[in-house]
Amino acid sequence: MDPTAHQYIELNGGADLQGFRQALRILTWSNIPHEQITWSVSAAPDLFGGGQLPAAYGSAGRPIILPRDVGDLIKLVVCHTEPQKYALLYELVWRMRRPHDPELRLYEVASDPLVHRLNMMAKSVRRDLHKMHVFLRFREVNDLVVGERFVAWFEPEHFIVEETAQFFVDRFTSLDWTILTPKGSLWWDRIELAIGPPAQRSDAPETDAFEIGWRTYYQSTFNPARTNLNQMRQHMPKKYWRNLPETQAIPGLVNAAASRVDEMIERETMMPIRKMPAKAIAALTEQGPASLAELNRIISASDPFLEGSNKAVLGEGPLHPAIAFVGEQPGDLEDLQVRPFVGPAGQLFDRALEEAGIDRQKAYVTNAVKHVKFVQRGKRRIPQSPTAGEIERYRWWLQKELGFVQPKLVVALGASAAHALGGKAVTISPIRGQHRFDGFNHQPGYITVHPSYLLRLPSEEDRDREYKAFVQDLKRVRALAL
Amino acid sequence: MRAYTGRSAYLRTPQSMMPPARQRRKNRQAGPKGLGSTDGNGICRAYTPDGRCVSLLKILLTNFCLYDCAYCINRRSSNVEHARFTVDDVVKLTIAFYKRNYIEGLFLSSGIIQTPDCTMEQLILVAKKLRRDEGFAGYIHLKTIPEASPWLIEQAGLWADRLSINLELPTQDSLKAYAPEKDSVSITNAMSQMGERIAESTEEISRHALKFAPAGQSTQVIVGADATNDAGMLAASAGLYASYGLSPVHYSAFSPIPDSSKALPIKSPPLQRANRLYQADWLFRYYGFGVEEIASGGEGGMLDLDIDPKLAWALKNRDRFPVDVNTADREALLRIPGLGVRAIDRIIIARRHTSLRLEDVGCVCAGLKRVRPFIITADWRPTAETDRADLRQQLAPQPKQLSLF
Repeated sequence: MDPTAHQYIELNGGADLQGFRQALRILTWSNIPHEQITWSVSAAPDLFGGGQLPAAYGSAGRPIILPRDVGDLIKLVVCHTEPQKYALLYELVWRMRRPHDPELRLYEVASDPLVHRLNMMAKSVRRDLHKMHVFLRFREVNDLVVGERFVAWFEPEHFIVEETAQFFVDRFTSLDWTILTPKGSLWWDRIELAIGPPAQRSDAPETDAFEIGWRTYYQSTFNPARTNLNQMRQHMPKKYWRNLPETQAIPGLVNAAASRVDEMIERETMMPIRKMPAKAIAALTEQGPASLAELNRIISASDPFLEGSNKAVLGEGPLHPAIAFVGEQPGDLEDLQVRPFVGPAGQLFDRALEEAGIDRQKAYVTNAVKHVKFVQRGKRRIPQSPTAGEIERYRWWLQKELGFVQPKLVVALGASAAHALGGKAVTISPIRGQHRFDGFNHQPGYITVHPSYLLRLPSEEDRDREYKAFVQDLKRVRALAL
Repeated sequence: MRAYTGRSAYLRTPQSMMPPARQRRKNRQAGPKGLGSTDGNGICRAYTPDGRCVSLLKILLTNFCLYDCAYCINRRSSNVEHARFTVDDVVKLTIAFYKRNYIEGLFLSSGIIQTPDCTMEQLILVAKKLRRDEGFAGYIHLKTIPEASPWLIEQAGLWADRLSINLELPTQDSLKAYAPEKDSVSITNAMSQMGERIAESTEEISRHALKFAPAGQSTQVIVGADATNDAGMLAASAGLYASYGLSPVHYSAFSPIPDSSKALPIKSPPLQRANRLYQADWLFRYYGFGVEEIASGGEGGMLDLDIDPKLAWALKNRDRFPVDVNTADREALLRIPGLGVRAIDRIIIARRHTSLRLEDVGCVCAGLKRVRPFIITADWRPTAETDRADLRQQLAPQPKQLSLF
């Protein structure tokens, strides 16, 4: 391409991003100053994204690297209806990349007249995009093939139809819909997006069964004491009104506003005519579970506070026991049998209890977290320990539960149980032993390790030593409680 | 339908209670069978003639209520006609409105029926059905009932994008006088429970933990129903921001309700008061102003109604001006009346490459009139302007001329 000759570039009508990008590549690599180019657009907008420059330009273009902000700016500005948009954009790119004295960061100089103008154009397009996202209204049509189908008519100011498509695809993925505008149309069949020719208002359905309900809702949200027409028009310019079903209600609302306000103020305060629901008010305070069985029903019916099993493993044992044991969370076997402490750790726990001379049948056994937490990997469940937040979420239930059970002594097995009882995350070793849970009605308690910790120790020697210490702890628990 | 929704307008929960601009879980999107998305952009679907935005289907499950809050149309001693939605009604209506692009999501609240727990369970059920049965990925805001059992609040957070508890009145005494069944202790307890959980959930995002109210929690206070002044309001808000990680506080101007209680003032406060409080709140959260500084701009703990709080502060602190936009640090720029955060960001970037003139500043902000007396640029220095006694008169909006017939 001759760098001194004047260039005439014709792009497609509408937002010809592809065509402009190609032209940009060829022109910048050929070092054509912006003054030497005359930009024009073909009369008929080509909405099928042809965007081919005449072959005469050759394939001199190579991709050019522009700052991301500039790329974003170009994408927006090409949607503008202003005929000069391509010339202005090229001028920006040229000034940033010209061989002598390039203004590399020109796009950051918001006060430069060119940058300012482009920013304003981008702003106008952005606003139009936003208005299309929010002011477009679908109307349902019954399609014999797909059933429910939604069609909308909208009149955007700029060539934004394609640019806006992703928003509607993301939001209404599971619906069949069509958006018709005078600048092109979009068709979505739940799988693929098609871009179609301009349409007319008469192509869209006249109304929708839900519009009356919507208008009623719109009317009811209006507060007549706060009429502020300017603010309404500023956010919802009149040009959009004719395609919005709710705006038909505006004149009526405005006309009646003043009299509605007067009426509200002038009306004498009336005496209550209904009876006071004294019984119901008294009953207000008597909420929440009244017994352990009722609490357990609530827990069983609730969704888990973590990702894992839906089955709640409840506490087990008599009310008013000498000792209540609190573990961490159920494991796989517990989840299967819906009983606490029946897995490998539970068996070890049983053995230790027996050696310490504690009858499990006479103790209450429960977990801080009522659901087993795991991540499913194919067929396998990978167990997860509960996070601090999850322990806190289950804490309310544990508090209520032990409130009903009323044990003489509460034993926290492991750090999670100690956290749930004490209200904050702790390390076991420094506080192992007798303890008072101040956050739990000053409940006398005892902190020791969780039996599953013993199972996880690698060496036989450690396991033996720790097991003995655990049994020792249980013996002291027995002495304290019985 | 008016029977239900008509009331909610008078509940004084402003329609501007919109989803926040930035959600922690940004750009959520439904699966191929589901419906909806949240994308963190502006979401107002329509505007009513009061200039407020309609963004969510904001309804009450029922307008029957056992509480007797003086400011509320639905209090038990009111003579309003009562009505009730079923859970399925709300789910169906939300989906139908959402599919037609009428709304951005659901904002559900309810009068207290039977017990707070019972009411809260119904609210949760709506959210759960929307998410689980309808695959709804749009925005859900649940009004939390502070007197409900804590585990219900935990559950609400698993289904809703945002939870809120209305503080309604900024002091404990006012609450006692106007809302006898409400108790500020249970309100703050529930707020702190939600605040803790939201914070934990942000930290635990990668640890297979379920998300709790990804859009956080907000609250609302009524302006002008009790005697609290603006400084008191702002101090209460500052306390909420600091203690419960809450954002934002909505200021809702008291306005007359039909069938009102005798305990209330008959007239509404000037509309401007709530606007000034919003502006002040903004200064507090994004501009580095302290509550005392903002309050010092007005008189006797009330903000100036004629001019915005930033200008009011600047006029009383003229020794801090003019500020050179080409050299001053960000904190100093944030104090200039008429310059917003975005304009300041642009100035800071642009001045790396060029020395800004007055005209250039005009390119990045909304208008020079207010800014001019407070800045120095490459070609401008206000000589006596900053200290003029009538500066306030010049900058305050002119009173509207009354027309004579």
